[in-house]
Amino acid sequence: MTTLKETFGGNLRQYGIVGALAVIVLLFQVLTEGKLLLPNNVASLIQQNAYVMILAIGMVIVIIAGHIDLSVGSVVAFIGGVVAILMKHEGWPWWAAVLAALVFGLLVGAWQGFWVAYVGIPAFIVTLGGMLIFRGLAIVLVGVTLAGFEPGFVAISNGSVTNFLGYIANRDVVTLTFGALVIAALIVSQLRARAALRRHELHVEPVTALVVKLALFAVLIGYFSWVLAGSRGGTPIVLVIVGVLIVVYSFITQRTVFGRNVYAMGGNLQAAILSGVNTKRMNFMIFVNIGLLASVAGVVTTSKAGAAVANAGNMYELDAIAACFIGGTSVYGGIGRVSGVIVGALIMGVLNMGLSIMRVDPAWQSVIKGLVLLVAVAFDLINKRRSGATVR
Amino acid sequence: MSESPAHSGASGGGAATAVADTILEMRSITKTFPGVVALKDVSIDVRPGEIHAICGENGAGKSTLMKVLSGVYPHGTYEGEIIFEGKPVEFRGIRDSEHHGIAIIHQELALSPYLSIAENIFLGNERASRGIIDWGRTNSEAAKLLEKVGLAESPDTMIYDIGVGKQQLVEIAKALAKRVKLLILDEPTAALNDEDSANLLRLIQSLRDQGITAIIISHKLNEILRIADRTTVLRDGQTIRTFDMHAEQVTEEDLIKAMVGRSMDHRFPERTPNIGEEVLRIEDWTVHHPIQQERKVVDGASLYVRRGEVVGLAGLMGAGRTELAMSLFGRTYGTNISGRVIKDGKDVTPATVGDAIRAGIAYATEDRKRYGLNLLADIKRNVAAASLEKVSKYGVVDGGAEARVASRFRDDLNIKAPSVDVTAGNLSGGNQQKVVLSKWIFTDADVLILDEPTRGIDVGAKYEIYTIINSLANAGKAIIMISSELPELIGMCDRIYAISEGRVTGEVPREQATQENLMRYMTMADKGASDDKDVTR
Repeated sequence: MTTLKETFGGNLRQYGIVGALAVIVLLFQVLTEGKLLLPNNVASLIQQNAYVMILAIGMVIVIIAGHIDLSVGSVVAFIGGVVAILMKHEGWPWWAAVLAALVFGLLVGAWQGFWVAYVGIPAFIVTLGGMLIFRGLAIVLVGVTLAGFEPGFVAISNGSVTNFLGYIANRDVVTLTFGALVIAALIVSQLRARAALRRHELHVEPVTALVVKLALFAVLIGYFSWVLAGSRGGTPIVLVIVGVLIVVYSFITQRTVFGRNVYAMGGNLQAAILSGVNTKRMNFMIFVNIGLLASVAGVVTTSKAGAAVANAGNMYELDAIAACFIGGTSVYGGIGRVSGVIVGALIMGVLNMGLSIMRVDPAWQSVIKGLVLLVAVAFDLINKRRSGATVR
Repeated sequence: MSESPAHSGASGGGAATAVADTILEMRSITKTFPGVVALKDVSIDVRPGEIHAICGENGAGKSTLMKVLSGVYPHGTYEGEIIFEGKPVEFRGIRDSEHHGIAIIHQELALSPYLSIAENIFLGNERASRGIIDWGRTNSEAAKLLEKVGLAESPDTMIYDIGVGKQQLVEIAKALAKRVKLLILDEPTAALNDEDSANLLRLIQSLRDQGITAIIISHKLNEILRIADRTTVLRDGQTIRTFDMHAEQVTEEDLIKAMVGRSMDHRFPERTPNIGEEVLRIEDWTVHHPIQQERKVVDGASLYVRRGEVVGLAGLMGAGRTELAMSLFGRTYGTNISGRVIKDGKDVTPATVGDAIRAGIAYATEDRKRYGLNLLADIKRNVAAASLEKVSKYGVVDGGAEARVASRFRDDLNIKAPSVDVTAGNLSGGNQQKVVLSKWIFTDADVLILDEPTRGIDVGAKYEIYTIINSLANAGKAIIMISSELPELIGMCDRIYAISEGRVTGEVPREQATQENLMRYMTMADKGASDDKDVTR
C-alpha cells in the first residue's frame, strides 16, 4: 500500500476513480458482448453525456466552495427556449442565437449570485427557487416543443469535425491526429510540471512512476482515439467543446487566484474571510460561472434533441451533482477536481449506456445508479477516516 | 525546562477531611492531554450546604476539573477517584453525573433559543407519559421552579425573548428540575450586568440555605469574597490551598498571590528593545455584542503601539481582548463599531479584512484550526492565502514563486515538515502556528496582532515562537500580543495594557509589570465605572 502510494504521489484517490471507470468499462464490455466499445457507441456515449460533463465542471466549483446548485436542469430548458425563440421567431442566425444564449446564461448566474452573495440566502434555497422560476419560464417560452432548426445548430451536438485528411486503414485521420496531439500535450505538460518541481526542490515522483503513468494514459488515449476514429463521423464536435472546457477549467481551478480562493473558502470559510478573501464577490462569480456553463449545456441539449422542449433538462442537476460526488468531490467542500468529476460523469455515462444496451428496465437502471453514488461517497469517507484525516 | 512527569506520586498528606462532613471529595485527580498535564494530583473536598469557590488563572485547570467531575471526561480518562455522598462514583457521561444530582451550568448557556422556558427546563427530562408530552404538568411544574428561582416570566415565553440574566435563571431552574444536590456554575456572572449579577448571587445564597451545595468558578474576586464559604485556588493544574473564608480574614491580595505566585525562570529569549515612532493608534474604540446589541463588549478603548515594540493585552476570559482585535481587523466581530484606527498618522479605520491587510495590519487568530488555517490545503497554499497578489500575475498564480516563498518561511521559521506540500492538518500545533505566522509575515504587515500565539503548543515550540516575535520586533514591526498567560506577557512585552470588561483599566510599563499588579487591573470589575449605575454595594 505504501509503495503504491509513493509510486502515485499520494494521488491514489484520483487514480482510484480512473481504475473504477476502467473496471466498469471492462465489465460492460463483457456483459454486452463487446457492444459497449463499438466505435459508434463510443461516439454517442460522448454526445449523450456531454451535458453532464459541462454541468459538472460548473457544479464542482460550486460544491468545492461549499454551495449547491439545484437550478441547472431548469436553466438548460430555459436557455433552450431562448435559443429556439431567437432562431424561429426572430430569425436570428444560429451563431448569434448561441451567443445570446451565453449572455442569458451569465444573466441567470448573476441573478442567482446576487441572492446568494449579497442578500445572503443559502444557495440551496436560491437555486431551488431558480429551479421553479426557470422551469416556468421555459414553459412560457416554448409551450411544449419548438422544432426545426438550421443544420448548423443541430450539428453542434450531432455533427462531427470535418474529415479533411482522409482515412488510414478505414480510420479517420483527423481523430487520430487529435489523439496524438493530446498525448503529446499530456507528456509535455507532465515533464514541464516535473521540471518546475525540480527547480523549486520539491518532492517529485520517481521516474518509473512517471513513465508507467504516462505510458498508461498514452495507451488509453491512443486506444480511445483509434476506436473513435472508426465511428461514423470521427470526432464529435461536442467532444472538442468539452475538451476545451476541461483544459480551461482545470487551469482556472488549479492555477488562478480565483481557483485558489474557491478552495480556500470551501476548506475553511472563516479562515478565508480572515485572510481577506472577498467572499461575496467570489460567491457571485461562482454562480455567474455556473450560469454560463448551464447555458452551454442548454445549447448542447437543444441541439442534440433538434428541438427546444419545455421539460428538457429534467433532473440534470442531480446528474451533475452525482458526477461530482462520484468523482471524489468532498460533500463538505474544499476538495474536488475537474478531472475527477469528468471521470465521475463518464462512469455515470458508461452505466447508462451499458445498461441500455443490455435492455435493463429504466427503473432498475435508476436503482443501480443510486447505489453506485452511495458506494462511491461511502468509499471516500471510509478512506479518509482510515487515513486519519479529520472528517468534519 | 524540567517538567515533572505526568505520573506524580500518590497523594501523601492531602486533604484528609472526615468523610462524614463532605458531600464531594475528589482525590488526587490527574488528567493529561497529549503533551500537556492539565491536572496534577488535584484534591478538593466540598462540604454539604456550602458555596465553594474555585479560582485560578486562565488555564489553571478549573474547567478541566469540573469536566472531570461532571463526566464530560468519563471515568478512565483520568487518574484519581471521586467520592460523592460517601460512595466512590464512576461517571461515564454527563447523564451519569446528573443522575447523581450534579448539574453543571456552563459559561456558554446551553438553552435552545426557539423553545419556551418550560420546554427548555425539561429538555431531555420531559414530563411525559409514553412519549407524549404532558403540557399541563410541564407548565405548572415549570411555573413552580420559576418562582423558586425568582423569575417572573410565563413558562411559555420563548428563550430568545429574555435576556442573558434571565436565561441564567432558567438554567438554574433546569438544574433544580433534575433534583440537583450539587450545582456547578462556571463563570455565571461573566456575561451579566451588575444588577443581574447581584440577583444571581443572592439566588445562589438562598439555594444554599435550602441545602443545595454550589461550586462556583469565578474570575471576579469581589464576588468570591462576598458569597463563598470556602475557596480553593488552583495554579498550573495543582491545588495551591483552600481558604476558609469565615475563619480567616481573606483579602483579594491573598487570593491573587495564591493564583499567580510562581517563579519566573529563563523561559523567554532576551531582546534589547529598540523602539521607534508610533505606528498604530486606536482611539475610543467601542464594539457592541453581535446578538445582545445593547451590550458593549469593548468600551471606549484607546491604545497605541510603536515601531519595534511588543505591546501586551492582558485580560481575563471574556474581557474583550479578542473582540477588540477582531473588530479592528476589518470588522470581523461585533456590531455598531465606533472609534478610529490611525496608522502612521492617517485614519485607516478598516471596513473589511482587505482594507486592514492593505493598511499593513495583520491578525493571527487565537483559534488556528477554526479561523487560521485551511487544514485541507498544503503549507504553501496556506502561507500564500492572504497575499496571493504577491505570487500571481493577471490572476494566474505562479506555483513556483509560491513554493519558493513557502520554502523560505519553512527554513526561516523552522517549520518541521519534509516539504511545503504537506497538508496543514497533519502538522503539530507549534508548526501550524508557524504556518499562520508565515502567512501574516508574508503580507508585509507593519503591525501584527498575535492572539494567544502559544496556546496549546509545547514548551520548546513556545520558545521558538517567542524568538520569532522578538526578531519581528527587531526588524521594526509593531507587535500587539494577546495572551492569557501573564508570565508570557511579562516576559515578552515592553508595555502591557490591562483590559477588564471591555475597558482599558491599566497601562503597565515593563519595569512595573508584575502578575499581582496586572491581576489587580484585570479584576478591576466595575470599580472604575462611573457612568454605570451601581446599587449593589
